[in-house]
Parts: sequence; C-alpha cells; structure tokens
Amino acid sequence: MRYLPHTPADRQAMLAAIGVDRIDDLFIDVPRQALLPEALDLPNHAGEMAVEQSLAAMAGRNLPAGAAACFLGAGAYRHHVPAAVDHLIQRSEFLTAYTPYQPEVSQGTLQYLFEFQTQVALLTGMEVANASMYDGASACAEAVLMAHRVTKRNKAVLCGGLHPHYADATATVTQFIEFDLDTRPAKPSVAEDLCALIDEDTACVVVQTPDLFGRLHDLRPVAAAAHAKGALLVAVVTEFVSLGAVSSPGEMGADIVVGEGQSIGNALNFGGPYLGLFATRQKFVRQMPGRVCGETVDADGRRGYVLTLSTREQHIRREKATSNICTNSGLCCLAFCIHLSLLGEVGLRRLAQLNHGRAVQLADQLAALDGVDVLNDSFFNEFTLRLPRPAAGIVAALVGRGVLAGVPVSRLYPDDPELANLLLVAATETNSDEDVAVFINALREVLS
Amino acid sequence: MTMNQSHEIETSSGHRGLDLAEPLIFELDGPGRCGVDLPEPGPINNRLGGLERQAPIGLPGLSEPQVVRHFVRLSRNNFAIDAGLYPLGSCTMKHNPRLNEKLARLPGFADLHPMQPIETVQGALELIDTLAAWLLALTGMSAVAMSPAAGAHGELCGLMCIRAALEAKGDAREVVLVPSSAHGTNPATAAICGYRIEQLPADDRGRVDLSALREKLGPHVAAIMLTNPSTCGLFENEIIEIAQAVHDAGAYFYCDGANFNALVGKVRPGDLGIDCMHLNLHKTFSTPHGGGGPGSGPVVLAATLAPFAPLPMVQRSGDGLMLVEQKSAARGTAASFGRLKGFHGQMGMFVRALAFILSHGADGLRQVSEDAVLNANYVVARLQDLLSLSFPGPCMHEALFDDRFLKDTGVSTLDFAKAMIDEGFHPMTMYFPLVVSGAILIEPTESESKDSLDQFIASMRHLAERAQRGDADYFTSAPHLAPFRRLNETQAARHPVLRWQGELQAAAE
Repeated sequence: MRYLPHTPADRQAMLAAIGVDRIDDLFIDVPRQALLPEALDLPNHAGEMAVEQSLAAMAGRNLPAGAAACFLGAGAYRHHVPAAVDHLIQRSEFLTAYTPYQPEVSQGTLQYLFEFQTQVALLTGMEVANASMYDGASACAEAVLMAHRVTKRNKAVLCGGLHPHYADATATVTQFIEFDLDTRPAKPSVAEDLCALIDEDTACVVVQTPDLFGRLHDLRPVAAAAHAKGALLVAVVTEFVSLGAVSSPGEMGADIVVGEGQSIGNALNFGGPYLGLFATRQKFVRQMPGRVCGETVDADGRRGYVLTLSTREQHIRREKATSNICTNSGLCCLAFCIHLSLLGEVGLRRLAQLNHGRAVQLADQLAALDGVDVLNDSFFNEFTLRLPRPAAGIVAALVGRGVLAGVPVSRLYPDDPELANLLLVAATETNSDEDVAVFINALREVLS
Repeated sequence: MTMNQSHEIETSSGHRGLDLAEPLIFELDGPGRCGVDLPEPGPINNRLGGLERQAPIGLPGLSEPQVVRHFVRLSRNNFAIDAGLYPLGSCTMKHNPRLNEKLARLPGFADLHPMQPIETVQGALELIDTLAAWLLALTGMSAVAMSPAAGAHGELCGLMCIRAALEAKGDAREVVLVPSSAHGTNPATAAICGYRIEQLPADDRGRVDLSALREKLGPHVAAIMLTNPSTCGLFENEIIEIAQAVHDAGAYFYCDGANFNALVGKVRPGDLGIDCMHLNLHKTFSTPHGGGGPGSGPVVLAATLAPFAPLPMVQRSGDGLMLVEQKSAARGTAASFGRLKGFHGQMGMFVRALAFILSHGADGLRQVSEDAVLNANYVVARLQDLLSLSFPGPCMHEALFDDRFLKDTGVSTLDFAKAMIDEGFHPMTMYFPLVVSGAILIEPTESESKDSLDQFIASMRHLAERAQRGDADYFTSAPHLAPFRRLNETQAARHPVLRWQGELQAAAE
C-alpha cells in the first residue's frame, strides 16, 4: 500500500520494542465482541490509476458548467480564477499545514490571514473581520447569534430577499434557544418595509444586497431605523464581486457584514467548500465568532502575527464561547486573498464593471423576448425573469440546447405557486457574446 | 558557528539567505498596477440603482510575478506535513495524497454549480452516495448526514438530531454530560442546542468513571458526548456498559469521532452502542488541513436518529439519484431538524476522502488504524523511561505525557515544545487535554516510517535529558532557529491590531 511506510519486518521490530506479540495486543481495551477479526467485506486497496479511472467515470457523468452556456447564480458564481491562485494554494506549506497554533513556524498562514482580514474589512467597509467561517449561510446564522449576544434581545427580522439557505441555517441554530425569527415572505415584485418591523425586542434586522432576486438595496434607511431602536443591521452579500461596483454595507451603516466569498478565488465545487466572510465594528470584536489573527512582535522585535482574542473561543471558554467553530475555511481564504491581490483596486473594479455590463446586456435582450419580463429595477450581475410558464420545465428544456439557464425560484421555494414562473439569471465575465446569443435563441425556441 | 552567533549576523536587506523577509501585500502597492488582464468594459447604462461605489476600496495593485513571489515567500515560513513529522495530538496530521487533489479538480466535480438540474449532476450524487455507503460500512451505522462542514459543525448536527428526537417525544431534557477531557467544541455545541453542561470526572485510569456517570444520569439528561478513543489516547474499555447506562436513562450517546483514525477498519462504532458520531474527513480520511480548513464532518446516525437528519440528503429514485432539499413526508424527511449550511456539503472534500478510501480499500484502512496505533505505542515504549506517561498503556493512536518529568527544571511544556521546533519537528499538542498538568499529546499517524519515528524519539530524548540537566535558558528562549523567535501573544490580545492600518499605523509607531 503506497501510503504506508512500514514493512512487515518494521512492524515486527516495533511490536518487539513495545513488548507485545501481536497488533491486537494493543487493542486489548476494545471489548472483544466489537473488535473486527478481519477486514470488512469491501473492495481492497487499489492503485492510483484504478482510483483515477473510477472517479473520473463519476465525474464524466456530470455536465461541467463550463461545457454549457452557464447563467447560474443564487449564491454561487462562476468566475475566472487565474492559474496562479490554484498553483499557490497547492504549495505544500499552505496545503498541508494545520491551524497556526505554533506561530514561530506558521507565519505564512498567519500573515495571509491578516491580509485576508484586511481585504474583507476594506471591501465591506467595516473595521475588523475574522479569519473566515464555513460559508455564507452559516456566517449569517452566527451573525444573528452575535447580535443576540450584543443586544441581549430575542428577535431578528430577516428580509424576504435573504437567500432561503441563509434563513434556514439561521432558523436551525436559533430553534432551541429563546429566540424568534420574523422571516419575511419572498416577494420579488413588492418593496418591503422592514423599518416598521423593528421594535425594542429586535436584536437585528438582516438584509441581503444584492438580494436573492438580484435587487440592490440602499441600507441607510433600515440602518437608521435599526439604530433608533437599539438594534443592529446585519448585511448579507452573497456575491462579493459586487463590492467592486456598489457602495459597501459599512458605508451604508451596517454593524455586521457577512457573506459568501466563493466568487473570489474559489471554484463552484458543487456547493462546497466555500468561504464564510464575517466583518464587524471594532467595538463588537470581543463578541465576534471564529478565529482572529492579530499583529504582534517576536522576541527580536520583528513584526509577526498570532491567533488572538482566543478567550472568546471554545478551546478556552468551552460552553461560554462565542461559537463552537474550530476549523474554518483556511485554504479558501488563501485563494480569495491571492485572487484579490492579483486583481487589486483596478482589477476588481473592472471585473465588477464587466459583470454588470454583461448582465445589463443579457437583461435587455431577454426583456425583448415575447412573454419574458425582467422584474428588477436595479441589479448587479443577477436578476429575476418572469416567464410565461413554470421556470423548472423551461430550464430542463434548455439543458438539451447547451444552456444552464439559471436557477428556478421553485427549486428554493417549491411550495409557493406565485414564484413558479420566476427564474434567477446571473451573468459573469465568463459569459461570451456567443453564450448570450445561444441563451436568447434557445429560450426563444423553447417559448415559441 | 553557534546558533547565537548566527542570530547576531545582520544583513543589509533584512533577508537571511533563503529566509526572505516579506512585507504585507498592502505595502507592495503600486497604484494602477494589476495582475489580471481584463478587457475594457464597454459603455453601459448602469442599473445599480444609484448605489455606485464612490470611495476607493483601498486594495493594493501588484503584477502577477509580484503576487506569486509574495505568497511563495510567505509559504516558506510554514511548517507542513509534506516537510516533516507533525505530531499534533487529536489532529491526525497524516499524508495528503496528491491524487486526491488532482481528482477534486476534475471539471466534472470542481466546475459543477450546486443548483444545476439534477439530471446533469448524477455523477456527483453518485460520488456522495458511494462515500456515504463506505462511511456507513466502516461505522456500522444506519444513516449519514453528509452536509456538516467540519467536526464542530458535525457535533452541532448530532446534538440537533438528539434534541429533535427528544422533543418529538415531548421530552427535551436539560443537561448534556461532557467529560473533563473533552474538546472545547463539545460543551460549546451543547450550549448552542440550549443544554446545560455537566462535567463528568475521569477515574484514575483516565477513563470515564462509570459509577459517577450512573449517578449523574437521570430523566433530565439528554445525552452524553464522549470522545472515543479519548483525548488521552485511551479506548473507553467500559464503553458498552456506558452506552447501556445512557440508554437505560432514556438519553442518547453522542461520540466525538475526532479520533476515528485509531478504529477505522478495526472497530465499528455501531457495535459499541453509539447513537451518533461525526467523522472528520480532514483527519481520518486525509483531506488537507489547509492551515485551518476547509474541513468536512459527516455524521453517522443510528436508526432512531435518522429521521431527524438535516437537509439536503441524497436518495435513490428509480434508476437515478435525487437530492431531497425540502421536508417531505413521502421522502421521510418531514421530521428533519432543518438545514445547517448553504447547498449540499463539502463536495471537494468528499472527492478527496473517497479517493483516499478507494486507494486503501478495506485491507488498507484496517492497516491504517493498526499502524497508527503501533506508531503511538512505539513512541510510548521508547520515551516512557524519560518522559512522564500520564496513564499506563497500551494507548491507541496518540500518546499522552504530562510535565512531571520537567518538575524543578524551570522548563515548561511550552518551552519544551518550542525547542522541538529547533530540532526540526512541529510541536505536539500542548496543554490539551486539560485533565493532566502541562499535557504533551503526540499523534504520529500511520504516515510515519520507523526511521522517522526514531529521529523524533532521539530528539525528544535529547531534549528531555537536556532539560533535566538544568539547561533551562536554552528552552525558555527557544526557538532559536525558526523563521521567527517567540511571538508576544499577550501584546496581541491586549492591544488587538486585526488589520493593516496603513500610514496611520506607521505614524503611531
């Protein structure tokens, strides 16, 4: 077995050094009836080529997004990732290191975490960020729990445009504590008045922008309303490239910004691993969940970095910790950090413009089709179509024409007939003029 | 040249040979520079609703070679398994096969959108289903929830299942019992589920004290959370009696599977009376730790807890596979406690874990646990005369020592660990578990050869003897030869600087 270094002679010599005859003498604490006498009746070890063939066959039974004209979004976005990103994150020193508990031999990880935290803080317009969470949905849940700790209040208002996975993950972690969620209905054609729902019991109001339907929201009115009642504003961003084009949630008054960082540096990966982003104001830092990297000096006075503020964390505080999180998304942070370093100010702003421009072009062409309406007044790179028939059937018909047309809202809200004809469509810099033409022509055919 | 002299040499560049000093990416800014060539955007009527960004973001501009050099230089300040023995106890730092990386990057896995039509992702669902089948066979359990993103997330999943099952019986209960040796994630998780935590004492053999457990059990206890093998590296030899007592009290048995590497292919948790257990794919099944994630923490469940498992889940449907994303009586998911995260789980980690499992097969996985246990016991055998073993053996896949052997030397566990860095090893887990003084928890894993272990053991013996000879200064000032000297963690916590603050910060200093 290629991964196991011991020869039978090594094993014998080691057993002898230990002073036992057989390996099972080391398993004497296992109840006899539970110790398997032999290997399970499953396939035995396989060479690299055989494993590769077996998994490649499974991969071959999927349609990679890049093999079609792909317009899928709804919280996961297909962007071009420069080759240097994937090369660098596979360096042994990054890939095969653990959480940086020994800072003297982990400065590589710690410095990029510090850089990552700074990038997230800059993009969101916040003062501090943590070293990542699992994904956007779990980060959203943690933000609500944090608002509960900060305000000691027991209610949150979730906007109707919040991605339902985020709302569901939040409902999951609050279901067994004394906490109420006012989850607003998903109504893409109606402007909702969140301000009127905030009262003295409200810990936070959660607003996504761009929201599930692609609409952009000016957060200033809801921030003012929340702050007037002593509540926090949690802003959710599922497409971080948008922050290259639109005002940051921090500029608009958010107290906590969470989101999904997948779209910078990370592949689609069928939904994971992704990258939960979490940023807030300095004054709340001791209530923030997750790992945090901070600057310090070494014994020679040289600038360096360590994991810090660990008195918030489970390994110190145990049941009084701000979160149970331990492992986060280290390597996904690194991919985000490298991609954003390559883009820089100029690149990110241009990337955002390209995304928006492609989406505007696509929306205009789709809106010109008979029976197709674009519902959005505003959007970044994703918008909602109303189709004349249920969107799921149309999407299925378009697959055969080489188009992954978007996410039917019914996939996320199967029980709401009012949403059945709606389709979420995203465009990114990866979509060519030809992709757009293929989509328009195919949709025209399917609808005719 | 002695180490002290080498430290005194100053260079004009700040570099020290291959050890290259590297500023922050923000300090390398060349305004207007860009490491990505993108086309010129055409004119558009923007639809941003008047929310266009006005202020600059503040991101630095660099070309691609500058970015590559920056991150390569940073990488060289990291210790890694690929470079050497990394015996962090309870972390299972084993070899990460590169085949797994290659396969996870096949476009048929990496370039799949999670919301693609189900008929276009049948191979992905097949991969999840195949991995799930292996995990069930290896654990002897009834069902598996694949979506949790890490070990602690798996704990949350398990405890949520337990709470949902109890509430379904109208009997939520109040207390979760957690041994004093448990990972901090266990009590933190139970608290999120609304439970009060009561600690279980250990007996003098480092095991759960069965009679104390029986006294604590009662109608108010929802569950016990037990790590087996424990964080002391010991198998709970009375585990079947523990399970019986827990079940007799109407409570559930959660097992923390962080240490499953000691058992894989050798013992099935389902044969021990366990009701649910998370598996860290990034430990036992070799998905890379990546400097702190991403992980993956599927949870195996007994039949009694299976109806409460989180969504989504993969199910067979006619000739194909489907993804059940909503509560559905017809699909048996009406009682699910809900959703834990976005989309469907850590697919990239599933590919790597399945590649590891298929590479080893049933025979190889059994050899994994046997070699892991052999290696830890070999370390004990060769060190126990000099270091202080906390509990008599045999141990399982990791060995727990404490700081009694350093008594009156002026050397702490921390100092000893830092001296290991100078010897070219990553330190062991230190000060955990909390049940012994100055814990030194060593987990070599099955990836280490006998030669590698012999070198490690020789260094440990050398340092133990040196400490006992009274050379405390050497230890308290260690590491001497690492890229950085000891970092001031107190300063970092007292005056938190959590981001680059540019000119302001430079001026303040």
